[in-house]
Amino acid sequence: MEINKPKEALFSKKNRKLLKDPMNINNPITVQVLGICSALAITVKLKPAIVMSLSVIVVMALANVITSLMRNMIPNRIRIIVQLVVVATLVILVDQVLKAFVYDVSKQLSVFVGLIITNCIIMGRIEAFSLGNTPWKSFLDGIGNGASYGLILIVVSFFRELLGNGTLYDYPVVEKLGLYDLGYHNNGMMLLPPMALIVVALIIWWQRSKTPSLIEKD
Amino acid sequence: MKFLQNIFDSARPVVTTGKLKPLYPLYNALETMLFVPDHNAKSGAHVRDAIDLKRTMITVIFALIPALIFGMFNAGYQHYRALGLLNDAIGWLQFFTLDNFLFGAIKVIPMIAVTYIAGLGIEIYFAYRNSHAVNEGFLVSGLLIPMTMPIDMPLWMVAISTIFAVLIGKEVFGGTGMNILNPALTARAFAFFAYPSFMSGDKVWINTTTGQGEALVDGFSGATALGQYATTGGTTYSAWDAFLGIIPGSIGETSTLLILLGGIYLIATGIGSWKIMLSSLFGAIAISLIFNLVAPNMISPEQQGFLSIPFYFHLVFGSWAFSTVFMATDPVSASHTEKGKWIYGFFIGFLGIMIRVFNPAYPEGMMLAILFMNVMAPLIDHYVVEGNVKKRLKRLKLSTK
Repeated sequence: MEINKPKEALFSKKNRKLLKDPMNINNPITVQVLGICSALAITVKLKPAIVMSLSVIVVMALANVITSLMRNMIPNRIRIIVQLVVVATLVILVDQVLKAFVYDVSKQLSVFVGLIITNCIIMGRIEAFSLGNTPWKSFLDGIGNGASYGLILIVVSFFRELLGNGTLYDYPVVEKLGLYDLGYHNNGMMLLPPMALIVVALIIWWQRSKTPSLIEKD
Repeated sequence: MKFLQNIFDSARPVVTTGKLKPLYPLYNALETMLFVPDHNAKSGAHVRDAIDLKRTMITVIFALIPALIFGMFNAGYQHYRALGLLNDAIGWLQFFTLDNFLFGAIKVIPMIAVTYIAGLGIEIYFAYRNSHAVNEGFLVSGLLIPMTMPIDMPLWMVAISTIFAVLIGKEVFGGTGMNILNPALTARAFAFFAYPSFMSGDKVWINTTTGQGEALVDGFSGATALGQYATTGGTTYSAWDAFLGIIPGSIGETSTLLILLGGIYLIATGIGSWKIMLSSLFGAIAISLIFNLVAPNMISPEQQGFLSIPFYFHLVFGSWAFSTVFMATDPVSASHTEKGKWIYGFFIGFLGIMIRVFNPAYPEGMMLAILFMNVMAPLIDHYVVEGNVKKRLKRLKLSTK
């Protein structure tokens, strides 16, 4: 009987897997190669990348929970529209919050906050996960995927800001270290979008060399 | 030679089975570079040719040497001329002097050394990691990279560009023979976008550091001919000087005459593809003639001036000659089909001159044109092969009817 089934613990092994898997073997950016556009656009500096990651985590977790709550009520035919309405509402909320509290960063992110709506990771997770799972699991899945998206974003922007701009979170690291006096110069290529792609590729390379299960057999 | 052979013979047991086994790729590379290897295929049908990859690469090096030596003389010449130490009236007589050569050599040789150390370091590491022999591909790239750099390029920038080119441009695709882009141009493009203030503008082409306290005329501008065209629509250098090569520019690119000699040598030995060189010439001439036609319609006088220069100016200024002879003909990244080579070469000349004229920020359009056509080469090949298949199918149909 349904009632006799023991209740699953909040952080059971299965649930922890939902948080952990996206970090490595199912990473949305480096394994599924989703959400690349924003990874290229807003990783020039650390600060916008962090704000963007937080926004995506919030939107993703809430969107997952909301669609999961409605999963039995949504007619299959119009599910994409319903999902879009949910995500769009959340994105508008996030956008307003950013404008109210961190106006300069929201200026830098400009259109990319709005474009969270079209972030393939969010739609992908709703379609693939939250439409068929309970709210708590969907919440964990949203947090896990959002955080691992953010992790890659922050790693990429760390290298791009440090090597391209000589700063970290707008703190002039290279100048304080006195490297400029030794003849060091910032690498302008790092500020251009192609370098973001190459940094992501290097992360993928490193990750695959560490986790052999990801390497496709041919 | 006997003495060298003895060294290799005595070292063989140590590196093949002994303590220094990790060094075997390096040993193997050095040995096969100095001596013709004696191992040959045991079975099956093989094309027998005296020229292997190492001999090919060495031929290209030989073709590059005149332009390189000239570049060293030129670096010194431009330096002393900028300092006002030369008498312009006797011009040529002061070109081939020991002072000029030494000045250039002191600047250029460390650059070459750094390129080889950085590039070969990565190559040897990957050879060791994947346990295969060190490939010869870097031999030419390592000489080409410094030749495309301005004389004052800091060595660490050369090293970083080289490492980037070898790692991202070549090794990730599978090493020598697998790269999509020309590694030497990848290095230059990286340096160009990463450190634009060292790779473009009018201050970088001539070394103007004063040696023994001589003062330099303030605001000395050593713009290249193309730089001058982009800003003023005219140039102070004559086409003849540019043909001989006594103008400022990247180290190896200035002397069209010596590059031409190198090109003839490459064609004569069958290493470089004459189809690519010739079609690049056609492309450059075609676009220059089109520009001459439309020049009167341009609004700004600078553009009018740049558009209306005769085609042979485009061939002697900038890097058209160097890129066409040494970069475009790289057998790995170029088109492989014979018909494809015509198309590939034509567009290199065509696009290179077009970028150079229309975008003043990139006076070196040749670099971008070649990288672009490198990417397009497989597509060209695909359609050439498809076309051939179609043609033969048609013929088959006709003959069986």
